[in-house]
Amino acid sequence: MKIQDFKSPNLKRLSEDKSKLIHTFGALAELGQEVANKNSFQETIRTSLHLLLGALAIMRGGVARFSRFEHELYMVAARGLGDDFPLSLTLCYEDERQFLANGLYPMEAAQATVLPFFQIYGHSIEKTKIELAVPLVISDEIVGTLFLGEKASGEHYSSYDKEIISAMGRHIAVAIAQRNMLAELERRADENRKLYDDLRMTYKDTVKAFAAAIDCKDKYTEGHSVRVGKYTEIIGEELGWGTDEIEGAAVAGYLHDVGKLTVERKIINAPYRINAKESAELNRHPSVGYEILSPIHHPYADVPLAAKYHHERLDGNGYPDGLYDREIPFIAKMVNLADSFDAMTTDRPYKRRRPAHEVFEDLQRNSGKQFAPEIVNAFFRGMLKELTGESKERRFRRLLGREYMEADGIVPMLKQTLNQMSATSSLTFISMD
Amino acid sequence: MISQTELESAVKAEGETAVVYAGDYLNKITGEQIERECKRRLSDGCKKLIVNFSQTEIVNSIGVSILLGVIDSASNTGARVVFTDVKDETAELFDMLGLTRHVTLEKNKPAPLTAETLSAG
Repeated sequence: MKIQDFKSPNLKRLSEDKSKLIHTFGALAELGQEVANKNSFQETIRTSLHLLLGALAIMRGGVARFSRFEHELYMVAARGLGDDFPLSLTLCYEDERQFLANGLYPMEAAQATVLPFFQIYGHSIEKTKIELAVPLVISDEIVGTLFLGEKASGEHYSSYDKEIISAMGRHIAVAIAQRNMLAELERRADENRKLYDDLRMTYKDTVKAFAAAIDCKDKYTEGHSVRVGKYTEIIGEELGWGTDEIEGAAVAGYLHDVGKLTVERKIINAPYRINAKESAELNRHPSVGYEILSPIHHPYADVPLAAKYHHERLDGNGYPDGLYDREIPFIAKMVNLADSFDAMTTDRPYKRRRPAHEVFEDLQRNSGKQFAPEIVNAFFRGMLKELTGESKERRFRRLLGREYMEADGIVPMLKQTLNQMSATSSLTFISMD
Repeated sequence: MISQTELESAVKAEGETAVVYAGDYLNKITGEQIERECKRRLSDGCKKLIVNFSQTEIVNSIGVSILLGVIDSASNTGARVVFTDVKDETAELFDMLGLTRHVTLEKNKPAPLTAETLSAG
């Protein structure tokens, strides 16, 4: 049926009402869908504003989001308001009380002049021909406000229009409340992340402080724990471990000698080969270290086990338990290599550090007996990468000294050692070029 | 997003007249691009904006809102807005919502843009 078919004004009115209903309900349905969709918040609000303005043919309007911390309304979408309308509007206590009391029901700007809000922003409201302000309230909380200008028809807003606006406003309020909830969750997650990072930093600093305390006991091996931590870290990297696992490996290295805190200083610092009794006391340090570290809840696994078993050997000749290969935790094998390497490459009270080629030979010779071959291999690979420039790191040079690391023949020797080790295992050969 | 080519074929202008082929663009948020293009033409001195609805089956609330934006911009620059080839149901809707107070509805498709019609506009 077409409008011109109707002769009676009543019938015409009926038809108009029906069309109006279809049009506004269409808008309402689309708005519900829009809010349920996972579009961006900005796009959802912009589309919602279009739907609301288009449903009742409102010439201009805007949606503001309320910040309960700042008591400000921030415009998130606007149409036809021009540059004169403020981007943020402050609500005072009396305004908030009235907005809450109104719920989602539209307030006529012309009749609300008693409120401070309409006095402060009266000029902008008048200039942009805003007729209605609709508080967006959800669960007794203001989440925003709609500002609506005049209708294209020039008619006043009817009670029917206001009901429609309230219904559509509820959808927009839900969209804003959802966004607020998400922002709050993000804020809390961010806070938790920062807290976690702080805790982690505190833990790492404590570990480093412990390492320094351990090393203080032994004037000849100053910096030993820190170096072992660094070497263990390099091995973890070469083995392709993740960041957390590498960090855990470094911590295990830093703390491996914590048991030495209970060993008498004169034994640790003895400028001679210690006797059997002293040696027995010194050899207690892995078990003591385990006892110290076990009650602590470490963010990384196996830190206490690394302390306990870092003097075990694959051939079962280590201590404290004489474990064999597979019985020894992998992290302890890593620390074992790092510890031995540092012992060989630093001066001790009773002997000078050994030249690099001798150390490499020793590690190679003892690979499969004392040291796990894949760990020796990873360690050599890490060193070779630094010396050939494949890695930009300068860690070995810093820890061992440039002269020591750049001695003639080190690179070919490392390559040869890696190839010899590869020949006896399934490891990859290195080019001798 | 409406591509540049689509936008160019949706809004055509010559002299002080621009013709907007509404299509289905108006009924989505992408209609804002058409609205921006119209505003650009208006600020460039367009005095008559013809919105052609021959390819538009229905106009939803987003479409109405976009059209109100165009009407508002035109009224700010003193330009005239003409709707052509509007389907009866759509004309009824525009009438009921009060859009017809701000625009002229022309039943027939306007003649193609020629030197004569443009000067007559």
